[in-house]
Amino acid sequence: MTDFTPEIIVFACHYCAYAAADLAGGMRLQYPPTIRIIKLPCTGKLEVIHILKALEAGADGVYAAGCMEGECHYLKGNLWARKRIGYVKTLLTEMGIEPERVEMYNMSSAMGPRFAEVATEFTERIKGLGPNPLRRDGTSPAEAAQAAVAGVTGTPPHDQRAVPAAERSAAATTHTAPAAGDPVAATTHPTDANTVEEGQAQ
Amino acid sequence: MITAERKPFDEILALIEGREKVLVAGCETCVAVCLTGGEKEAEILASELRMKAQADGRELTCEHTAAIRQCEWEYLDMIADKVAEYPVVLSMACGIGIQSMAEKFADTLVLPAVNTNMLGMPQEHAVWLERCGACGDCVLGATGGICPIVRCSKSLLNGPCGGSHGGKCEVTGPNNEEIDCAWQLIYDKLYAQGREDLILAITPPKDWSKSNSGGPRKMVREEAKPV
Repeated sequence: MTDFTPEIIVFACHYCAYAAADLAGGMRLQYPPTIRIIKLPCTGKLEVIHILKALEAGADGVYAAGCMEGECHYLKGNLWARKRIGYVKTLLTEMGIEPERVEMYNMSSAMGPRFAEVATEFTERIKGLGPNPLRRDGTSPAEAAQAAVAGVTGTPPHDQRAVPAAERSAAATTHTAPAAGDPVAATTHPTDANTVEEGQAQ
Repeated sequence: MITAERKPFDEILALIEGREKVLVAGCETCVAVCLTGGEKEAEILASELRMKAQADGRELTCEHTAAIRQCEWEYLDMIADKVAEYPVVLSMACGIGIQSMAEKFADTLVLPAVNTNMLGMPQEHAVWLERCGACGDCVLGATGGICPIVRCSKSLLNGPCGGSHGGKCEVTGPNNEEIDCAWQLIYDKLYAQGREDLILAITPPKDWSKSNSGGPRKMVREEAKPV
């Protein structure tokens, strides 16, 4: 099946793949307009639920692009990401969805051509698989993935610990989703040490 | 701590077959620390169930929540409003939490999404080892701090047996991995402590009535009960 335009979410590391995408643009390289990039401070920030939320919202494919192995700015973030991608593949398999819809790639910031090559290669792979069976009108995989990365979840039990009992019920119903397309929500500042620790501690 | 493993996905699907509204309830204590049933894992399972239902063309409303501790009434109060919205709850807590949920929310069908497996300790990140059988009559004082009840494959109180070879047990683990002979470990530790004579003492049969052989156990601290 090649007559559809896949929507692919790319979780890109600030230090490598994101810069490689920039370079690919600067080099005027052509690659399919199928990818939506979400910048992370490190692919170690990527969690299983971020990928699932993107797929649940209808993304046809998801891949993480981190630094070359051994070259992670935060030492091991890309290795954590590889393991999590592998875990998502097992979850997809048990759900009866093709595990090939998710993948891990590594590249350096100097690899603009490789960025374009990966985007092309993965797009072809997803075209071969066909649309995500969960795809439906009216959803935005990119927004769903951004919201997931920003930590917007259904119920926040942690909030209950800090909030006095009298205010709990009000607090439990007032978590807000970020504005659609809000770049601040997902593009966490790269020097946010807590964010990186969260990713590396898993 | 109490450790658990998530049930196979197919088994969870079978448990909720025909149900159209399911709440996945995590527990933020032991099962969160062992990366099985905390809020993160509850959110993942809820997402999986929604995706599977959609792929199969079934209707399913599925959300997740998490109690700070599912085994205490006060913490269950904090998720009661959310539970009340659902006729079925898949609990990812240990067996204690699941039963507490089932008792607290009598009108809700509470189902287990995990198998509680042991009282274990994290030997290293993401590896847990069984360390206590909660037998109710601790012998660690005479065994160098090594529990023969759960770490000896035969739970022997007078070991080692003839199946101990080169410090390894004749029994192997589920993946054919070697198991250290607990009584070899006990001897080595007692020897290092200069207490190896303890290994010659004959330990009489254990009073298993203090374990679960005596029926459900109950502990009451009268001095601590509210007046």
